[in-house]
Amino acid sequence: MTAVAELMDYAEVIERFDPVLGLEVHVELSTNTKMFCGCANVFGGEPNTHVCPTCLGLPGALPVMNGKAVESAIRIGLALNCEIAQWCRFARKNYFYPDMPKNFQTSQYDEPIAFDGYLDVPLDDGEVVRVEIERAHMEEDTGKSLHVGGATGRIHGAEHSLLDYNRAGVPLIEIVTKPITGAGERAPEIARAYVTALRDLLRAMDVSDVRMDQGSLRCDANVSLMPKGTSEFGTRTETKNVNSLRSVERAVRYEMARHGAVLAGGGTIRQETRHFQESDGTTAPGRTKETAEDYRYFPEPDLVPVAPSREWVEELRGTLPEPPWERRKRIQEEWGLTGEELRDLVNTGAADLVAATVDAGAEPGDARSWWVQFLTQQANAREVELADLPITPAQVARVIELVKSGELTNKLAREVVQGVLAGEGEPDEVVETRGLKVVSDDTALLTAVDEALAAQPDVAEKIRGGKVQAAGAIVGAVMKATKGQADAKRVRELILERVGA
Amino acid sequence: MPNISRDEVAHLAKLARLAVTDEELDVFAGQLDQILDAVAKVGEVAGDEIPPTSHAVPLTNVFRADEIRPGLSQEQALAGAPAAEEGRFRVPRILGEEQ
Amino acid sequence: MTDLTRLTAAELAAKIHAREVTSAEVTRAHLDRIAEADGRVHAFLHVDTEGALAAAREVDAGLEAGHAPASPLAGVPLALKDVLTTEGIPTTCGSKTLENWLPPYDSTVTRRLREAGIVILGKTNMDEFAMGSSTENSAYGPTRNPWDHERIPGGSGGGSSASLAAFEAPLAIGTDTGGSIRQPGAVTGTVGVKPTYGGVSRYGLVAFSSSLDQAGPCARTVTDAALLHEVIGGHDPLDSTSIDAPVPPVVAAAREGARGDLSGVRVGVVQEFAGEGYQPGVLRSFQAAVEQLRELGAEVVEVSCPNFAYALPAYYLIAPSECSSNLARFDAMRYGLRVADDGEHGAEEVMSLSREAGFGAEVKRRIMLGTYALSSGYYDAYYGSAQKVRTLITRDFTAAFERVDVLVSPTTPTTAFKIGERVDDPLAMYLADLCTIPANLAGNPAMSVPSGLSDEDGLPVGLQIMAPTLADDRLYRVGAAYEVARDAAAGGSLVHQVPELEAAK
Ligand SMILES: [Mg+2]
Ligand SMILES: [Zn+2]
Repeated sequence: MTAVAELMDYAEVIERFDPVLGLEVHVELSTNTKMFCGCANVFGGEPNTHVCPTCLGLPGALPVMNGKAVESAIRIGLALNCEIAQWCRFARKNYFYPDMPKNFQTSQYDEPIAFDGYLDVPLDDGEVVRVEIERAHMEEDTGKSLHVGGATGRIHGAEHSLLDYNRAGVPLIEIVTKPITGAGERAPEIARAYVTALRDLLRAMDVSDVRMDQGSLRCDANVSLMPKGTSEFGTRTETKNVNSLRSVERAVRYEMARHGAVLAGGGTIRQETRHFQESDGTTAPGRTKETAEDYRYFPEPDLVPVAPSREWVEELRGTLPEPPWERRKRIQEEWGLTGEELRDLVNTGAADLVAATVDAGAEPGDARSWWVQFLTQQANAREVELADLPITPAQVARVIELVKSGELTNKLAREVVQGVLAGEGEPDEVVETRGLKVVSDDTALLTAVDEALAAQPDVAEKIRGGKVQAAGAIVGAVMKATKGQADAKRVRELILERVGA
Repeated sequence: MPNISRDEVAHLAKLARLAVTDEELDVFAGQLDQILDAVAKVGEVAGDEIPPTSHAVPLTNVFRADEIRPGLSQEQALAGAPAAEEGRFRVPRILGEEQ
Repeated sequence: MTDLTRLTAAELAAKIHAREVTSAEVTRAHLDRIAEADGRVHAFLHVDTEGALAAAREVDAGLEAGHAPASPLAGVPLALKDVLTTEGIPTTCGSKTLENWLPPYDSTVTRRLREAGIVILGKTNMDEFAMGSSTENSAYGPTRNPWDHERIPGGSGGGSSASLAAFEAPLAIGTDTGGSIRQPGAVTGTVGVKPTYGGVSRYGLVAFSSSLDQAGPCARTVTDAALLHEVIGGHDPLDSTSIDAPVPPVVAAAREGARGDLSGVRVGVVQEFAGEGYQPGVLRSFQAAVEQLRELGAEVVEVSCPNFAYALPAYYLIAPSECSSNLARFDAMRYGLRVADDGEHGAEEVMSLSREAGFGAEVKRRIMLGTYALSSGYYDAYYGSAQKVRTLITRDFTAAFERVDVLVSPTTPTTAFKIGERVDDPLAMYLADLCTIPANLAGNPAMSVPSGLSDEDGLPVGLQIMAPTLADDRLYRVGAAYEVARDAAAGGSLVHQVPELEAAK
């Protein structure tokens, strides 16, 4: 085991050094198929069932670009205010690794599809920081290895490994920032805010699932420190395995404190890959590269260049959604929210979901209460982010609609939502299969009312005598008899009708 | 121009994942040197003003529709594998880590 | 009864479609010939007796039922180079690393052959992963030239060319990265065509050098090659570099050429392809061929292509570079030979040991050469410069084709050399492709057609014809005209002068 690293007090780090950040985000596109073959692009599944000669790297197989993935890449580039290349190629990045079927990654090298952009990132206090984007380029994902023997799933001490290539060839967009300087003490917060803004933007564009927990959005954080008053960047480390937004912030802060201690102690930082450890918030060194890797890039001869016409680029620009932060500003005004209310919505991750639910036809109030209350509880119970709950704003809007039309009671509606979350399908399907429709047939209800009145003749008498509020007991009995599937308001009406009150 | 050493050949073999023998190192060092000498001639005419050609045909924008095509079954995928286990390719322990 | 193995593919197809003979009989005759001759020639790595007979019977059943033949070559047997994948039939690429590999899919060429009703007899020998000019680099032993068993049949497609010259098959498929169809054609007295790059799908063609590789037809006559070209050519959405345009009208062009009139056709003789290193008998044969073209009415002029001198060095940078990457996939993880998996060695070591055990010397040499040429620090001087030479060669062709319709040269500087003669001298071996490489670098089509025997050694010589990109039909017009005139003057097809098996050395 490596010794526990020494850390410098954060305030001291800030006092003595200026941090420089660089963030590399890999985004898996949510296309139907992979980047270069027609295999399904799905998360999980039985191993090696979404593979073909091309993504298995079989001899003789060839790649053909997924046009939709190129379209998404251009749209992402545009959303990040990038220039879109007039002409660019794929290259082969050559290195051997068992999870990469061809032993080269088909990626873009010196000719990215998008370059020189920026993203305006809102911080918690409302301040906006501009993060410059170096490039966004297309590439393919690798397969997945399972290490058997030794400590579970860990590479060290494993006896052998098992490979599944379902993920091999899934389209990726790699988004690289320019060095972020001048962040000072807010560096960790800016790192998190940038990844958050990027995630929200990509989600609004509907180009990726952006699930950090499933790896469809992955962030590598490059951190270095330079002594105050100097302007030459220090040696950086690249921290991988950062699997949540909170981890982005923690990883950056940890590395800053570690670098500070090393540098203050007269040591030097080794340029290396480090792995973030969720359990204790520390980073551990990966393999140090004795010699710089020589990837022997060259233009991919099996693919022809991409030369997007300006008309196509402009057409795609027209498909960009309203950026989430602008939409938030708009809804704040439209719904008359205070700044604090909006921030609460944003911080709980509900703002965009509520807005999307409103866009899907729901009233803002209903949408808010569903996301902020019931669905937030569900997300907490499952320990996932609100947006990662397996329910869409459109589905929530449909549930709200069913309640409004009287087809569901609130209680039934929650059950329907549970069904959707459990993967039972669309709200209407859940209503059908779970048999959750409100009993609105008066004949069936009347039978239940008559039975309830007969069972409690004293209460019936009270109502008849004018004590209308006593009807509550009968309503309860009827609801119990119909397993909650009756509309309580209608039941009450029927009771009053029956006793002639 | 080139004078490729035995060490350089060993480095190339490592990059190319070839566990060459000592004897091969000597033979290849001599031959690569000879071949590189002969091919270095390309530098004579490759001026800065000449654009490189990477593809023999000037095609661009060849795209595929984003539609699922049937691929291989798990059995077919693993049929040629030197070793397989639990529906996966079984390989010797992997050192280092993913890039 | 006529010996069915001596007929052309067109003749066989006519007989099969007229139901004078069945495809099964034709197939059987060739399988018998393989059984008789291949012990000496070793053109085949795998003979698919059952599959071939089944395919032949299917064609016969269709004709019996009154269906039109699936193609003009339906029922005709063919020898397939072992570098194209065949579902369920071994595909080794002449390498030990793929010794037991059964591909789970057909290459597009294979699929088109099957759909055309062509009967695949088996897979032919080749230099390992198509790297070589003699077929001596096969892990499964060399193929012998039917003209002289001590000599090479050319390479890398020596199995395909030898199968034609030994009358084991009337048709074959080759692949040509630097001359691997044309040079074997030249040294065995057969016809070989490298189509325009992108004219035939590369899907399922195990890559040597992706930007140069092209599959094409091999036959004993120009017309047979044209018929096969039309079967395998055309756009394939599975290959991004496949040209989305109709196949040039090569069969019609061959028919037109066979009428023997080349008036109005301008033929350019490449000045640079003569002189030192060229066998005098080869040059004399070539001069006679040029004279023949003139007699057919062609206007012959000298053309200079100054950058062709840089084609060979550029090729020996580009092809090894691409191959070093293409062959990285043979790592013993998913398919192919694996050694030293003993629980002691890690994946990285098993990869290196397996690749070391699975690849032959030439393949390793080229992988290392390519690894070097692509390394940072060397890229610009080597790979980058080679790509610029590619531009210059394309410009030479463009300028030449402004003046002439086709270019001609000898296909190879010498006739077939002796087995073993050049194996230890890579540079000498590489010279075999001197004249064929420019067309690979520029992507334009080229053909080798027999131009007779070299007077000093009695071995076949090839005439190379080169045309502009997508003008493959010009090759066939000129090639067929020349072939008909030469055969008429010589009193028969050259390939029929191949000595009998017993008579060959
Ligand atoms: Mg990358
Ligand atoms: Zn696939």
